[in-house]
Amino acid sequence: MAVLALLRNAWRQLTSMRTALLLLFLLAVAAVPGSLLPQRGVAAEKVADYLRANPDSGPWLDRLYLFDVYSSPWFAAIYLLLFTSLIGCILPRLRAQVESLLRPPPAAPARLDRLPVSLSHPTDRSLDDVATVLKKARFRVAVRDGAVSAEKGYLRETGNLLFHSALIVLLVGVALGSWYGWHGNRIVVEGPDGEFCNTLQQYDEYGLGPRLGAEDLPPFCVRLDSFHATYQANGQPLTFSADVTYSENGPEKKQAVAVNSPLRLDGANVYLLGHGYAPILEFTDRYGRKQTTTAVFLPQDAMLTSSGVAIFPDANLDPATGKRDPSQQLGFQGVYLPTVPDNVADGSSKHPAENDPALMLVAYQGNLGVDNGIPRSVYSLDKAQIDAGRLKKLGEPHMLLKGGEPWKLDDGSSIRFVGTRQWATVSVRHDPGEPIMLAGAVLLLLGLLPSLALRRRRVFVRVTDGVLTAGALAKNEYPGLAEELELLLKEK
Amino acid sequence: MAALSDQLLTVTIFLYTMAMLGYAVEYAFGTRGVVAASVVKEPVLVGGSAGYESVPGETWTAPVSEPPAPDQRAGRAALGGKVAVALTLLGVLAHTGSVVLRGIDAHRMPLGNMYEFVVFGCLVTMAVWLGIAIRKPSLRALGLFATLVTVLLLAIAATTLYVKISPLQPALNSYWLAIHVTAASISSGVFMIGFVPAVMFLLRRRWERTNSQSFPVSLGARMPASDVLERLTFRIHVFAFPIWTFAGISGAIWAEAAWGRYWGWDPKEIWLFISWVVYAMYLHARATPSIRRTTVTWIAIIGWLTMLVNLFGINLFVSGLHSYAGL
Repeated sequence: MAVLALLRNAWRQLTSMRTALLLLFLLAVAAVPGSLLPQRGVAAEKVADYLRANPDSGPWLDRLYLFDVYSSPWFAAIYLLLFTSLIGCILPRLRAQVESLLRPPPAAPARLDRLPVSLSHPTDRSLDDVATVLKKARFRVAVRDGAVSAEKGYLRETGNLLFHSALIVLLVGVALGSWYGWHGNRIVVEGPDGEFCNTLQQYDEYGLGPRLGAEDLPPFCVRLDSFHATYQANGQPLTFSADVTYSENGPEKKQAVAVNSPLRLDGANVYLLGHGYAPILEFTDRYGRKQTTTAVFLPQDAMLTSSGVAIFPDANLDPATGKRDPSQQLGFQGVYLPTVPDNVADGSSKHPAENDPALMLVAYQGNLGVDNGIPRSVYSLDKAQIDAGRLKKLGEPHMLLKGGEPWKLDDGSSIRFVGTRQWATVSVRHDPGEPIMLAGAVLLLLGLLPSLALRRRRVFVRVTDGVLTAGALAKNEYPGLAEELELLLKEK
Repeated sequence: MAALSDQLLTVTIFLYTMAMLGYAVEYAFGTRGVVAASVVKEPVLVGGSAGYESVPGETWTAPVSEPPAPDQRAGRAALGGKVAVALTLLGVLAHTGSVVLRGIDAHRMPLGNMYEFVVFGCLVTMAVWLGIAIRKPSLRALGLFATLVTVLLLAIAATTLYVKISPLQPALNSYWLAIHVTAASISSGVFMIGFVPAVMFLLRRRWERTNSQSFPVSLGARMPASDVLERLTFRIHVFAFPIWTFAGISGAIWAEAAWGRYWGWDPKEIWLFISWVVYAMYLHARATPSIRRTTVTWIAIIGWLTMLVNLFGINLFVSGLHSYAGL
């Protein structure tokens, strides 16, 4: 019994308005750190940067889930308690509302002139006439014991309950999205060889809901035919658009995709999120063997100064022995400038469009370190190999022009800057919770408006000996009640 | 046309400043009697004892009477107030002109950067204020503070936030700009005008309790009665809250089309959420009879502070997907 009483008391505490307010306050405060510290769910690489820059405090913040605020146990505890409190609050109110909708308006009090608002005037109307007038004004009316009772504004509480129930719908939508949603991001280079298909291996980064397996991804393939960007003179972008070809278990189709208008497929959408340049390099080793590579360079600033690498692990393969000599591999660290600045030494592009493109390359020869099985960045050379002296600079940095003369290196090989292709970052996403979220949001607004704008009020009227006496009261603050009562019962 | 838009904004600021002087004249030389006479009796609780059953826990309150019409004010002071309202009207016209001309010149909604957002929000603030001042002359004393807040913000916009007209960034190029950003700007403007009576209520209530003559509580002497201010605060917030909610929902729909997800805890989204939760707290606290109205009003003030953090802090110091300030 004592346990039961304790539980009942705890439930009452949890569902009290004061607790709800405290939880709302905690929710607002708990949301703050996520806007000040980088979050894994938003920018995992920034979290890594932060941890590197703050080796002392970083791990402690991490232990407190401050880089995963919105998926942390303490944040979940707050909103789950809040939703429990919410359910505990709306259930009894729902019952009360249903009861009040089933019950006729209450009987009139004995003294109507004691009500907050009252009036009295001579009348020709009968009680039934008054009841009709109130019914026309869309009051619920009951006539009993020589008095009219009328009530209006039930929709306020109905709207209020709808608003709060819609919050639960939103929670369900979020839960569904996180269980059954998935996404994958990758870079796609223009052209037929840049085509990708919807499997996890083909994404640079992906996230799969816990109730999904890799086999649940819908089959389709997407190719980036061309990417277009236009800019203002000051370099600010004007438009981004792309032409893509896609196929879903059928013939290929073409579509234009842009920011704000994604490619909507069955079971997934493809969004355009970023773009950049990929220089095409033709390398000829000392034995005259040619290889061509398209190296994706990452933008470093808004003017698309881009950096990246091109590596040739099979360079200088002796045609006689066919043996790969790790000390003869070649790698190039590069900076691409779509528009060369007036002073080349600045090292950064003047404009994001390819008005006057040039590629700055630094050549390295030696062991690239690609054979040791350690995953490494594809956008920079292995610094450990350079530091250890296994990878050495070959000659001085060199500037290459698009389609220009090849750069002849000291070891007899040469490299030529053939041209560029553009690439785009695409995000492929599916969130089955979205329709539920939209429905929840519409219900939320539909409930919110009447719950704030309407007022519940009761009107009581008696007619005795040709004199009408009426009184009214409102459940909510309603300065215009006296005016409304007068207007309601005015006789021509 | 861009130059004309800029000049009109300067004219606007000048007119609002002149209006502020007018309101100040009325405030300083108006009779204190008006204020003293408008104390309204507390709402009466009407329970089941009135002779009918009611759901347990329900309280049916008597309607609170409106403040009495202003007495015959000392003529010259009231004239100051009337001139101020006329100047505010002229200011709103010039302000509208500035916004519209900028939109025409840019061939788009003039809501593409922080400058335009603030200027539009301030227009909403002053338009709502003008409506209040014309319909309820007894509340004209608020004008001094309403114009003060607006002039400060407009001056910041004109001096530090100003950017030349330029085409929209690709991400903003959508019809959702006209829906989402307009809703966000309107609700911000309305919350701002709600902040003014909230602060005045706290000063006035303190003055009523302590009769203190020290600044700033002494300002309360010439303000409308505290419960009038409190009710105005509430009604303005009730008006703004659904618009703010809609700004969030329309933003989510746009975010799905632009970024692939309806909600991603971007800093701007986080602070929209925080403000929404704080204003929801305000509305809930206001509906709870056991919570004092001063406590309730403090929540509204915290709400406005979170709006300011979102506008200035997040736009200028935190990088995120909503980095459109253009500075």
